[in-house]
Amino acid sequence: MNVVVLLKQVPDTKDVKIDPETNTLKREGVESIINPFDMYALEAGLRIKDQTGAKVTLMSMGPPQAAEALREALAYGADEAILLSHRAFAGSDTLATSLTLAAGVRKLGGVSLILCGKQAIDGDTAQVGPGVARHLGLPHTAFVRKIEKVAETSLIVQRMMDDGYDRLEIELPALLTVVKEINEPRVPSLKGKMRAKKIEIQTWGPEELGLNDEELGLKGSATWVTQIFAPKPRGKQMTLEGDVKEQVEKLLDFLIQDKIINIQ
Amino acid sequence: MSITIDKDKCTACGSCEEACPFGVIKIEDDVAVVGEGCTLCGACEEVCAFDAITIYRPEDEKAAAPDEYKGVWVLAEYRAGQLAGVTYELLGKGRGLADALGVELAVVLLGAKTADHADSLIKSGADTVYLADDDGLLNFNEETYSAITVDLVRTYKPEIVLSGATAIGRSWAPRVAAELKTGLTADCTGLEIDPESRNLLQTRPAFGGNIMATIVCPYRRPQMATVRPRVMKQSEPDAGRNGRIVKVEVTPELLESKIKILEMVQETGDGVNLGDAEVIVSGGRGMQAGKNFSMLRELAELLGGVIGASRGAVDSDWIPYAHQVGQTGKTVAPKLYIACGISGAVQHLVGMQTSDVIVAINKDPEAPIFKVADYAIVGDVFEVAPQLIASIKQRLGR
Amino acid sequence: MDYMLTEEQLMIKDLARQIAEDKIKPARAELDENEEFPHEIMKDLAQSDLFGLVIPEEYGGMGMGCFENVLAVEELSRVCCGVATSFAASSLGAYPILLYSSDEQKKKYLPDIASGAKMAAFGLTESNAGSDASGIQTTAVLDGDHYVLNGTKQWITNGGEADTYSIIAMTDRSKGPRGASAFIVEKGDPGFGFGKKEKKMGIRASTTRELVFNDCRIPKDRLIGREGIGFIVTMKTFDQSRPGVGAQAVGVAQGALDAAVEFAKTRIQFGSPIISFQAVQHILADMATGVEAARALVYSVARMVDAKPKEVSKEAAMAKVFATDMAMKVTTDAVQVFGGSGYMRDYPVEKMMRDAKILQIYEGTNQIQRNIIGQMLNKEYTRKKKA
Repeated sequence: MNVVVLLKQVPDTKDVKIDPETNTLKREGVESIINPFDMYALEAGLRIKDQTGAKVTLMSMGPPQAAEALREALAYGADEAILLSHRAFAGSDTLATSLTLAAGVRKLGGVSLILCGKQAIDGDTAQVGPGVARHLGLPHTAFVRKIEKVAETSLIVQRMMDDGYDRLEIELPALLTVVKEINEPRVPSLKGKMRAKKIEIQTWGPEELGLNDEELGLKGSATWVTQIFAPKPRGKQMTLEGDVKEQVEKLLDFLIQDKIINIQ
Repeated sequence: MSITIDKDKCTACGSCEEACPFGVIKIEDDVAVVGEGCTLCGACEEVCAFDAITIYRPEDEKAAAPDEYKGVWVLAEYRAGQLAGVTYELLGKGRGLADALGVELAVVLLGAKTADHADSLIKSGADTVYLADDDGLLNFNEETYSAITVDLVRTYKPEIVLSGATAIGRSWAPRVAAELKTGLTADCTGLEIDPESRNLLQTRPAFGGNIMATIVCPYRRPQMATVRPRVMKQSEPDAGRNGRIVKVEVTPELLESKIKILEMVQETGDGVNLGDAEVIVSGGRGMQAGKNFSMLRELAELLGGVIGASRGAVDSDWIPYAHQVGQTGKTVAPKLYIACGISGAVQHLVGMQTSDVIVAINKDPEAPIFKVADYAIVGDVFEVAPQLIASIKQRLGR
Repeated sequence: MDYMLTEEQLMIKDLARQIAEDKIKPARAELDENEEFPHEIMKDLAQSDLFGLVIPEEYGGMGMGCFENVLAVEELSRVCCGVATSFAASSLGAYPILLYSSDEQKKKYLPDIASGAKMAAFGLTESNAGSDASGIQTTAVLDGDHYVLNGTKQWITNGGEADTYSIIAMTDRSKGPRGASAFIVEKGDPGFGFGKKEKKMGIRASTTRELVFNDCRIPKDRLIGREGIGFIVTMKTFDQSRPGVGAQAVGVAQGALDAAVEFAKTRIQFGSPIISFQAVQHILADMATGVEAARALVYSVARMVDAKPKEVSKEAAMAKVFATDMAMKVTTDAVQVFGGSGYMRDYPVEKMMRDAKILQIYEGTNQIQRNIIGQMLNKEYTRKKKA
């Protein structure tokens, strides 16, 4: 069985801060990490490898430095890694990204299962996984919280819903996006890190993928940003003064007066 | 589409570097260089005093979007025989958009035995309901729901399609958008029509809510957007409204799928329904231990609310994930949100900053939560919360 | 500061740090509070290949040395000395086998220890034989094809959790210091049991138990090397493991220093962060200098151990005594910098102070270390004169 895990290198958004004066993002010193949700997808792939001897290939689309993330992920036990990178890919929205990744999976060939994290923590759209599936004409299900059974031609999974989950059987080849409830990622191994150092990461561009300009990067994107602005500052911003009792009593007075709470 | 820097005009003054919200433009070797991640937002073009930056958008050249696409659609969220609240919120917003464009508002309703729901949707503002009613559609299935939706879009050509940013919507809409090769914007908090171009202006938070971005899909149709529950206002039902129901023929081909639903499991958990709560008392790392949440529970009960938590508290195993509010938890918009010992990391703010009133209690006067708080108490939550409980009890006793 | 580490050494350091941050940090307070053995974390360490650092490749290990072990132990100790002790004690228990066993014994026991499938422990100390190791009373009597062990070992780290035990017992009391031998005892051997789990001041995530030998029969091929070398095995084992204790000290002290500096930057009194007060700065400066000095000594001794010199006991003792005395001072100072908060269990430093104390006591008290250094100085200078 051939499994592909799609992963993305992202800035560690919890460290991304905004400069209140200029309304711009400060990104210096912000680390680049593997998108946390992709680690769960990777672990799911590795467990299938442990169980069935499947081959796990990592694939990522990004600038050349994204190879670091691939190399880090290889240390956990994946077999190969491919980077889709080219100037022409820059500025891709989720449509162009999913088309490009789909082309990468198509070129790899013989893939039974594609695993992705549910969303990337910088874009938060959760759109690329389903898009890749659709472009490849494969069934997909999203927000998988458990893979119950792995068979040669199908999987049985639990797919999270807002009020619980559905159990379903999905025929392979297919794509799943996973949530963090699915597993606890393993730690990398020293042998894995040493092996990862020696693995050659292939890089594919538009030529290798057989994509033309119109489908790539900014040109291939259907959406773009027209405006950036700071969020509206909120309401009263009133700091309550006094000792604790005074603060609390004042707060309750305001909330009751504005009919926010009713405790009379 | 592209962005170019005229090296002759560029003075390396650095104004563009400062203005770029994504930090992708940098001064290198005495000239501005645009790196990866440029979204063509135009912030740099605006500030350049030397006209050295040009952003080229083929919208200037390309034909306007095909105008045979008319109408605003809502994809109804149907599960276990019920229509989710977000459907009515989308109707509320959709009605406004349709009126601004002077077009029809329709709902795509996929499910089983849903005739009554179709009526309710019309009463709530839909002019048309495309009703695909079949037992085979009882459970959400990415393949069948997307296939039917794509068919309908190709037949009736709406210009805008909205759906809820839910466990269903966030898998359904992207598959549809990918097949139609059109644009989809996730988690929108604002939707407006640009009067000149008639394009949908889709506003969403970026980078965890630090920045709002307005996005357009100018030359592909339909323009698709998902919206989180509790962000838009529900439409008011009008018993006198009329509309039409278009029955969709659900052929066996449309029901073909490589996915088979085996079972639907609904979990009530510990009865946590953050989405509907009017009052949420939420605890973060500042609560220091799981046992301290009992104090918040008491406060919540006195106010007729429920408890919520930040990711930090959930990760520390002090309270189950069902209570988590934030980017990776639930988005809530109660009347009153009381944040106790929560620092206010952006990932948390995204989940609660549209609450009507926010009260924040934190020891640290610099805590980011205070930026969104309507009422701030800089103090020790272990003193303030008990006092709140005592004061409320006293008022109730009066 | 650049410690001139090779790429591989950096990998080991990063890996140990990742495990420490991701797996140990979230669990350490609870493990300490409940005095729980960190089973899950030991599994993670096994998965990471770190248990195999000092075991030769031919026996399934990574074939590295004392220095690499020091790097890993330091990173783990930075986050929790207790978990680090559980980890490090396994290689302590493995060293007798590693250094003196036959090839068959190595083939039988080392692969499982290297993979982390089984943990090891070292059993020497008894209630009447602490610093005075020669006073041990556990006996091993040859009876046909078996040795029969009788006696009780006290305060053995990983007691009950480990599967493989290196035990020092008396085979011939008449021979004095040449009368002790080393044996491999397995959990499950008849007559081998465990006493109660000790309640400790610190390193509470490490399990400390009595080992009870009650006519414990083991096959005679469990003897390590030959009869009479028991104390030599012990001394040579400690030469290898003492830099590791030094590493624990450097690690816990670094963790305390990190916490103290962060706290001093955010704690505002008299209108300024306390780090701006000279009194506090001086404390932190001395802490930081102590950590670097100890690290330099531990690293250079670990490198020396790997160069396999004829003698390294004095240096190993120096690394242990200096680093552990430093760690006690630094962790105590960290609590002081934190002030009242430092005394509260909500903050991590009081645990570090409680953890640091044992480092001055086990694997040879710091008084014994000084004895060793003193005696070695005497020997060395006598030799020099003769030369």
